[in-house]
Amino acid sequence: MEHQELVIDLFGISWLKMNVTNMITVTATLLIIFLVCFFMSRTVKMYPKGAQNALEFLVQFVRNIISSNMAWEKGKNFIMLGITILLYVFVANMLGLPFEIVTEPGHYVWWKSPTSNVYLTLTLAAMVVLLTHYYGVKMKGPKEYAKDYFRPVPFLLPFKIIEEFANTLTLGMRLFGNVFAKEVLMIMLVGLGTSGVLWGILSFAPLVVWQAFGLFIGSLQAFIFCMLTMVYMSHKVNEEH
Amino acid sequence: MLGPFTIVDVLFQLAGFAVLLLILKKYAFGPIMDMMEKRENHIAEQISTAEKNRQESEKYIEEQREAIKAARAEAKEIVENARKQAERTEKDIMANAEKQAERKLQEALATIKQEEEQAISALREQVSSLSVLVATKVIEKELDDKEQEKLIQETLKEVGQTV
Repeated sequence: MEHQELVIDLFGISWLKMNVTNMITVTATLLIIFLVCFFMSRTVKMYPKGAQNALEFLVQFVRNIISSNMAWEKGKNFIMLGITILLYVFVANMLGLPFEIVTEPGHYVWWKSPTSNVYLTLTLAAMVVLLTHYYGVKMKGPKEYAKDYFRPVPFLLPFKIIEEFANTLTLGMRLFGNVFAKEVLMIMLVGLGTSGVLWGILSFAPLVVWQAFGLFIGSLQAFIFCMLTMVYMSHKVNEEH
Repeated sequence: MLGPFTIVDVLFQLAGFAVLLLILKKYAFGPIMDMMEKRENHIAEQISTAEKNRQESEKYIEEQREAIKAARAEAKEIVENARKQAERTEKDIMANAEKQAERKLQEALATIKQEEEQAISALREQVSSLSVLVATKVIEKELDDKEQEKLIQETLKEVGQTV
C-alpha cells in the first residue's frame, strides 16, 4: 500500500517542484469555501434567517475565540484571518474524510486532505507566526516589539527566539500529525475492508467509528489552529502589564 | 511522508489563502459583519428608545395620577360647596317661613284685637243707649212692681231684638 503523490518539476526547473495532488486539493478547498460562503451570503438582511444565521454564528464563534485572548479593539483586525483559517483548515481536514482517489499504476493519490501534507501545514503555521510578528511591530511599534524579547528578564532572550520556531513547528506538526494519522488509519481500514467479503463486513463498523472520529478531529484541529493563532497573536500585540 | 519540498504548491496555498481571505471579506463576511454591526446599533437604539418610552409613560401615568387626585379633590370641594349652599338655602327658607308665620300671627292677633275693640265699642254704645232707654222708661212711668217686672221683660226683649 505505498501511496505516492505526483511531484513534477514545473517548467522543467528542478527547484520549482510542484505536488499535483496538493494543487488539486488546495484548489478544491479554496473553491468549496468560496462557493459555499458566496452563495450563503447572497441575501444579507437585517432580520437573518437560514444561511445568514449560520455565517453569523461562525462570525460570532471566531469573535469569541478572539475576545478570549485580547481586547476586541485590537482583535477586530484579525476576525477575517480567524474566519478564513477556521474555514480553510476545517474544509481541508474534511476533504479526505469521505473518499480518497488513487490511480493505478503507481498508486498515485489525487484526492486527500491537503492538511495531511507537512509542507502545507507548516506553511500555514509559518504564515501565522510571521503575521504575528508583522502585527506586533505594526501595533506596538518596533521599539516595544523588540523590548518584548527581553521581558520579563533579559536572559530569556534565547528562549524567546526558540519559542518562535517551536511555535511554528508545533502549530504545523500538530495539524499535520492528526490529519495524517487519520488518513493512514482510514487507508488501512479501507484496504482491509476491500481485501475480502468477511473483512469487509468486519471492518465496516470500525470504519464508521473512525470516520466519525475523523470528523471530530478535523473540527477540533480547525478550532485549535484558530485558537492558537489568536493566542500567539495576542502574545505579540497585547501590552505587557 | 516527507517528499521533496514542493515550493510551488506552498506558494500556491499562501496566495490562494490570501486571495480567499480578501474575496470572503469583500463578498461574504464583509456585508454580513456590516449587517451585524448595523443590527447591534439598531438593537441598542431600540432598547434606548424603549427605555425612553417607558420613562415617558411612567411620567405620564404619574401625571394622570396627579390629575385624578386633583379632580377628586375638586369634586369633593364642589360637593362640599353645594352642601353648604343647600344648608344656607334651607336656613333662609326656614327663617323666611318663620318670619312669615310670625307676621301672619301678628296680623291675625291685630285683627282679633280690632274686632274685639269694635265689638266692645259697639256693645258700649248699645249699653249706653239702652241705659238711656231704660232711664227714659223709668222716668216715663212710675210703675209698680208688676209693671216694673213687665217693663224689664219688655226691655230685655227689646234688647234681644236689637242685639
